[in-house]
Amino acid sequence: MDLATYRLLQDIGEKLGLLGIGVAVFLAVVGLILFLADKAPKRGRDKVQLAVFVAPALILLAIGLVWPALQTGWTAFTDGRGTFIGLQNFVWMFTQSTILTTLLNTVVWVVLVPTLSTAIGLAYAVFIDKSHGEKILKSLVFLPMAISFVGAGIIWRFVYEYRSPGYEQIGLLNQILVWTGAEPQQFLINSPWNTLFLIVVMIWIQTGFAMVVLSAAIKGVPPEIVEAARLDGAGAWKIFWNVTVPGIRSSLVVVVTTITIATLKVFDIVRTMTGGQYETSVVANEMYSQAFRLGEPGQGAALALVLFVMVLPIVIYNVRVMRKQKEVR
Amino acid sequence: MATTVPNVSRRAARETTVDAKPRTKTGRVKQKLTSRWATTAAIVIAVVWTLPTFGLLISSFRPESEVNSSGWWTIFANPAFTLENYGSVLFSQGASSASLGSYFVNSLVIAIPGTLIPLALALMAAYAFAWIPFRGSGPLFVTVFALQIVPLQMALIPLLQIFTNMGINGSFIGVWIAHAIFGLPLATFLLHNFISEIPGDVIEAARVDGASHTQIFTRIIIPLSLPAIASIGIFQFLWVWNDLLVALVFSGGTVDVAPLTQRLAELSGSRGSDWHLLTAGAFVSLIVPLLVFFGLQRYFVRGLLAGSTKG
Repeated sequence: MDLATYRLLQDIGEKLGLLGIGVAVFLAVVGLILFLADKAPKRGRDKVQLAVFVAPALILLAIGLVWPALQTGWTAFTDGRGTFIGLQNFVWMFTQSTILTTLLNTVVWVVLVPTLSTAIGLAYAVFIDKSHGEKILKSLVFLPMAISFVGAGIIWRFVYEYRSPGYEQIGLLNQILVWTGAEPQQFLINSPWNTLFLIVVMIWIQTGFAMVVLSAAIKGVPPEIVEAARLDGAGAWKIFWNVTVPGIRSSLVVVVTTITIATLKVFDIVRTMTGGQYETSVVANEMYSQAFRLGEPGQGAALALVLFVMVLPIVIYNVRVMRKQKEVR
Repeated sequence: MATTVPNVSRRAARETTVDAKPRTKTGRVKQKLTSRWATTAAIVIAVVWTLPTFGLLISSFRPESEVNSSGWWTIFANPAFTLENYGSVLFSQGASSASLGSYFVNSLVIAIPGTLIPLALALMAAYAFAWIPFRGSGPLFVTVFALQIVPLQMALIPLLQIFTNMGINGSFIGVWIAHAIFGLPLATFLLHNFISEIPGDVIEAARVDGASHTQIFTRIIIPLSLPAIASIGIFQFLWVWNDLLVALVFSGGTVDVAPLTQRLAELSGSRGSDWHLLTAGAFVSLIVPLLVFFGLQRYFVRGLLAGSTKG
């Protein structure tokens, strides 16, 4: 065994050891705390146990999420070094043409991804419902859900790969163009269309999610109602719009809102495929660049705040729906 | 991927059965819903959704010179396969090599505690919210639910500051804690949905018998929620395994801690046209999610539905 291999194995061994220790320590601490809480004096035992159960999660969330989020909210109005500068970061945002493009791109993403993913997912779910091999047909479309955005980014960069005309194409899409007699295109570079080609990747990932959820919802629509509508002479199209869609409304809402939120936060795809160049950047990517690469935490925080404001209406809507459901229950 | 081949024949089989016997009861329903156009559309979608990944997989086994000079579809005309790409992507040493083997281990070391910690804490919190009545329980739970949708981006800058002050930036511990924090709201919410559905009689009976909350938790709640724990655990695991943003901010970016995704994103930038390396590398990162997906699909789907149909 040469030295390099030995080092590699040693390194792997050390890391796995760390993993084992980390897991063991965590489980031991949790177990010990639970054990001690159980042995607490009977008076007030319930209170102690309540604290033991909720406190770890709440403390972690308070320190790691709530407090940082508030701080970011404040940083958005500073220059990033503690000096309050009012709305200057936002003025910067809405006057820089690159950032305006970024905002516009985000809007395009948010309009296209949820609608198209949901539409395609729903159509596919209806088409394959009760068909032979439904399970396999489902997994094919669902599979992209399991893989990383980085992986998906590489997969699709390969599909879009460009070679000058005259050379043999290695990207599938350009080869198809060549076969049909068209010129090969630099899909990821030619603005503004390149944003659409990035959006395709997100749709490719999210359609499976929409399809699985909606398919389950469709199966929940009582078959008697469908049958009754059929006996009344309704066609497939009418049944779909008047029976199926109303029957799966709440699932549709969940799917659209979930995908919308995921899309607002999209980062990995843009970063892997174009790095935000060629006018393809989106808010989440720009936020990362400003805060962590360009050393402008104030501007980064302002972008994060914009992201939050965009997500907020959806959160409020979701909480409302949840409250209503709780009342029903 | 392995299912692609049998699937084509199954799909063909389906088409013929749909056409051949439309007069059985299910057949009639089916025919109304899925006309020939619908079937065609479904097949087109299935093919379009599968081809990109299929092309990647094929390419990862082609020799370097071929991958970079001809399309993967030409493999059917002149087959040539090699495992060399995987060898060089995983094990080759040196500063400029991908050395994904080490990053693969990093991903594992990040993802396992990154799943276990939030899951355990969320399970405890979910039990408290569902079965320990206390003042402010409702609003507090709604807050946790709402936190789920606070963008990660809102927390990154200050959290990095905190970690740097604590000296855990760029270490596994930092990445674990970050993933635990970001995974907690959703996991708590989903587990609460499940745990609150456990029949109250069971828990009441245990209370009457004098069981403490700890006992109820370990003897009733955990065993009964194992399916939910599995589903949500798979989700969290995949989320952590596939994550890029948290890694970029907290891992420090070195081979000591950084996960596969981060290294791949780097390679995609720096060696963007070395497709023999990128295809194999991408597939190395996909293999674990794919195994999870095919092996545990039932839980995967169930977890997803639990999260959305109750929402």
